[in-house]
Amino acid sequence: MSSVTLLGILPLIGALLIAVIPADQVLRVKQAALGTTILVAISALMMWFNFDKSNTAFQFGESAEWIPSFGINYAVGVDGLSLVLILLAVLLTPIVVLAGWNESEGGRWSAKVFYILILILETMMIGVFAATDVFLFYVFFEAMLIPVYFLIGGYGSGERAAAAVKFLLYSLFGGLLMLASIIGLYVISSKNGGATFDIAELSQMHNYMSSTTQNLLFLGFFIAFAIKAPVWPLHTWLPDAAASATPGTSVLLLGVLDKVGTFGMIRFCLSLFPDASKTFTPVILVLAVISILYGAFLAIGARDIKRLIAYTSISHFGFITMGIFAMTTQGHSGAILYMFNHGFSTAALFLVAGWMIARRKSSTIADFGGLQRVTPVMAWSFFIAGMSSLALPGLSSFVSEFLVLVGTFTRYPVAAVLATLGIVLAALYILIPVQKALHGPTTPGNENLPDLNRREKIAIAPVMAVIIALGFYPAPLLNVINPVAQQVIESQGFTDPVPSESVGK
Amino acid sequence: MVTSTSLIYLIALPLLGAAVLLLAGRRADKWGHLLATAMSGASFGVGLYQLSQMLARPTEERAITQKLFTWINVASFQVDAGLLLDQLSICFVLLITGVGTLIHIYSIAYMSHDENRRRFFAYLNLFIAAMLLLVLGDSYLTLYVGWEGVGLASYLLIGFWNQKPAYATASKKAFVMNRIGDMGLSFAIMIAFATLGTVSFAGVKEASHNASETALTAIGIMLLIAAAGKSAQFPLQAWLGDAMAGPTPVSALIHAATMVTAGVYLIVRSNFIFDAAPTAQLIVVIVGAITLLFGAIIGTAKDDIKKALAASTMSQIGYMVLGAGLGPAGYAFAIMHLLTHGFFKAGMFLGAGSVMHGMNDTVDMRRYGALRKFMPITFVTFGLGYLAIIGVPPFAGFYSKDLIIETAFNAGGFKGILLGSIALLGAVITAFYMTRVMILTFTSPKRWEDNQHPHESPFLMWFPMAVLAIGSVTSGLLFYRGDALANWLNPVFGEHGSEHHEEHLFAPIVVSAMALTAVLIGVSIAIVKYQLSEIDSIAPENVSIFTRIARKDLLQDSFNESVFMRPGQALTRLLVKADESVIDGTVRGIGRTALGTGAALRKSQTGFARSYAVLILIGAIALIAGIWVVTL
Repeated sequence: MSSVTLLGILPLIGALLIAVIPADQVLRVKQAALGTTILVAISALMMWFNFDKSNTAFQFGESAEWIPSFGINYAVGVDGLSLVLILLAVLLTPIVVLAGWNESEGGRWSAKVFYILILILETMMIGVFAATDVFLFYVFFEAMLIPVYFLIGGYGSGERAAAAVKFLLYSLFGGLLMLASIIGLYVISSKNGGATFDIAELSQMHNYMSSTTQNLLFLGFFIAFAIKAPVWPLHTWLPDAAASATPGTSVLLLGVLDKVGTFGMIRFCLSLFPDASKTFTPVILVLAVISILYGAFLAIGARDIKRLIAYTSISHFGFITMGIFAMTTQGHSGAILYMFNHGFSTAALFLVAGWMIARRKSSTIADFGGLQRVTPVMAWSFFIAGMSSLALPGLSSFVSEFLVLVGTFTRYPVAAVLATLGIVLAALYILIPVQKALHGPTTPGNENLPDLNRREKIAIAPVMAVIIALGFYPAPLLNVINPVAQQVIESQGFTDPVPSESVGK
Repeated sequence: MVTSTSLIYLIALPLLGAAVLLLAGRRADKWGHLLATAMSGASFGVGLYQLSQMLARPTEERAITQKLFTWINVASFQVDAGLLLDQLSICFVLLITGVGTLIHIYSIAYMSHDENRRRFFAYLNLFIAAMLLLVLGDSYLTLYVGWEGVGLASYLLIGFWNQKPAYATASKKAFVMNRIGDMGLSFAIMIAFATLGTVSFAGVKEASHNASETALTAIGIMLLIAAAGKSAQFPLQAWLGDAMAGPTPVSALIHAATMVTAGVYLIVRSNFIFDAAPTAQLIVVIVGAITLLFGAIIGTAKDDIKKALAASTMSQIGYMVLGAGLGPAGYAFAIMHLLTHGFFKAGMFLGAGSVMHGMNDTVDMRRYGALRKFMPITFVTFGLGYLAIIGVPPFAGFYSKDLIIETAFNAGGFKGILLGSIALLGAVITAFYMTRVMILTFTSPKRWEDNQHPHESPFLMWFPMAVLAIGSVTSGLLFYRGDALANWLNPVFGEHGSEHHEEHLFAPIVVSAMALTAVLIGVSIAIVKYQLSEIDSIAPENVSIFTRIARKDLLQDSFNESVFMRPGQALTRLLVKADESVIDGTVRGIGRTALGTGAALRKSQTGFARSYAVLILIGAIALIAGIWVVTL
């Protein structure tokens, strides 16, 4: 069994373990969940250290026949891109478990079910990033929806059922389009050298497609991913889902699951349909820039803290999408790094916001006020998370955001210039809630809110540490990301623009 | 270039202080301020040591660098975390840590009754570290980290008493307006990378020799926008007055002596760009000239002592920007004025703090008067700063401002005469509003209630004021004699450095005479208007439209609010509505149409997804069946 498979199975073993613990032993269940997720995180880190950075091929993987009559294989493996995202997923999961220690209370089902769902979701997240067979990817892509659906619908708050349905329908719609494209690809492959779902082999198929076919198949994938990543105007499910889900679920949803969208754009849209990607690049860049600005404006106008964070994510996903389609090494590396950094900064925002909401029993920003004097540690945590979200230089998101901007500017200056307006809007959408919630006189009802407890501090500390450390020293991630970014750019037939003033001088 | 391994200590010491104070929490309340002061002082010590080392090296080896590690490395985008200490940055290092340490000392007493004094000192240390990174970074991107770092520290300190909503708003305003400037810096870096392929100072300097004027002009204008945001220059100056919400030592250190001069540093540091981009240079000059008048006019209308000084800072930085925009002839003078201003303005702000300390935090000068008798030390130190800023020889401002006026006249032709006249007019207004401050505060009859008990401040407060006053007296002459500072800085400006001995429109002595006349006029008007006539203890309402506009900061806020803020808010509201009704509405509509109405819809409203899911599943199975058929 390969390391990747083993990593993917580990959470399932934990889930089985929890299944046999009596439902009334809630603490045991939580401990088992935390223990499992920490073990998974350590295993992934070991994989990270053994990863051969200079090698852009898939590593630690395997391939076995699954449904031979269709040419479907169980094929997994990791390259720099998937490794970064798997690491993000498995590092955030234990933090989510620890931070949301009591999240399962008040749900429709028991704590046991909650943690089993989380662990199943962890397996799916590893699977979706590690799959090197398109059909296997699709299976994970769709199956992932199930635990999330139940986590939102069963343990969320407010209009949780409606939000869960909206999430599911959007995703299924996208999934359906993608499935149609996958089948189309399969048909083409079966006519040209043998039916297969292998990504590497499928990436040669564009040579056998008419441009119309390629464009249509591309769109099937892209729309599915644009729903996931939410790109404007396919975003309206996200604020509802984030507002209804528990904070922990929101972290996994926005921090990790949505990255499947931007991950898919690189892994599938670009590599399978290079010509269609070029055709659609102008449109996609426009949508990305709209997402950046639109998400920012809606975040500024948001009254609910969870919806605010969701809208900031729409803005951030706009940056990631822009970086991917800018087709420069800086843009691409920046976008991949952005996926990781956004995971941590959104996690910080959502977790702290979750604690604030749990204490105040309200998610309306105006209900807070003066928290800096009542709960200094919580207020500081929120502030630092906010600074990370507005990409303050010295924090991790600055590096990725700036790389995206500079990488886009060299090829598409207008898009980059418009996107840069987003940094002013970011200052507003962070500082407005900071002022309303943390500054000013203490709003009646907040005088006796308790500050973060030891468990919460332990949960947030590593997130903060990562945000600060990667701001000053992003090399550990960039060294893994750069080779794969360069490879994608080259395989698409692009080279980075040469400095315009150095030509012929 | 000589490499060093010890530059990082300059930054690391105050950064460590900030980290310890913030992480230790209340446990550090007893000794936090002492640690922070020691860290700032230690950094000053390292700075002095570096200066002595620098002096010991021959001119061409004075600049030293330290590469810490590779920060960002993506294909051709290579940025080191690297530091550069040269003749220019050492001036700033000593100003920042020297004045900074004095202000730490002052704050020990000034903030002694504040229960959050430790947090205040943590922010001060954070500021010192960020500001040092700003002036020591060896590329535009490392500068950027310091640039926003000081913005963050400034935000935290302006909003130090953010339980007052107005103060919280002031801090937010400062941050947001600074971000507009930062956008300029981002653009400058992007353009530099896209056109020159590098973002380090050395690299850009090297590449600029072969670059087109268009590219350099674009970079220059973007750098100017950045400078305008940070240095409160037109049209991004509106935040500075509100920033006075911060504790007064903050106003002295950040919003007078150091951070707000970062824009001047940026322009002077980028001399190689501006020298080759005359259009950008011209815009710099225009911005400087406008702001120097703008600030001075606002200064005449303010009754709040801190806001009057803030307007003055804006105006004085206008002089520096003007000087920097005049190219090689003006760089050294801009820096000289920056340094002397660092002494006298910080000193006067501390004096203002001392007055407030003795007057129960009253800031309205119309409620002051006759404080000369009660606060003699404050009066003398403030008075020396006053003589320096209006430009009375031999005080510091006389030399530095005089040189800028002279250089402005020498800019040539109509431009020279216009700029020189503006600079002279600014000197008249400066003399007027500063004399007004002196009279209202110290020499006019008392206008405060009898329950006020003005008293001199303690030693820890007047000692820094005294040291800065000595600087206000001596620094100008020190820098001026034998062109000491200009010669020191020349290597930074490369081959252009010595060009400033051009032909003069007026002989230096004539310029000095005109400047002194200007001062005399300004002082006289103020004496007639305030010393010799009754002062209202409440600002009169029946004033001219001009006074009213000046009191409202020449309507910049009104302009920003009606042109940017309100339309922005309207757009936000519109988008929020549209998102709900148009976009989400369309999606819901499509869903409804596609899935039919009636039973399915009712089910969706009760929260059942199963029917849709089944529908989609059926579709999926049909498609899979499709493949089977195709491949059979």
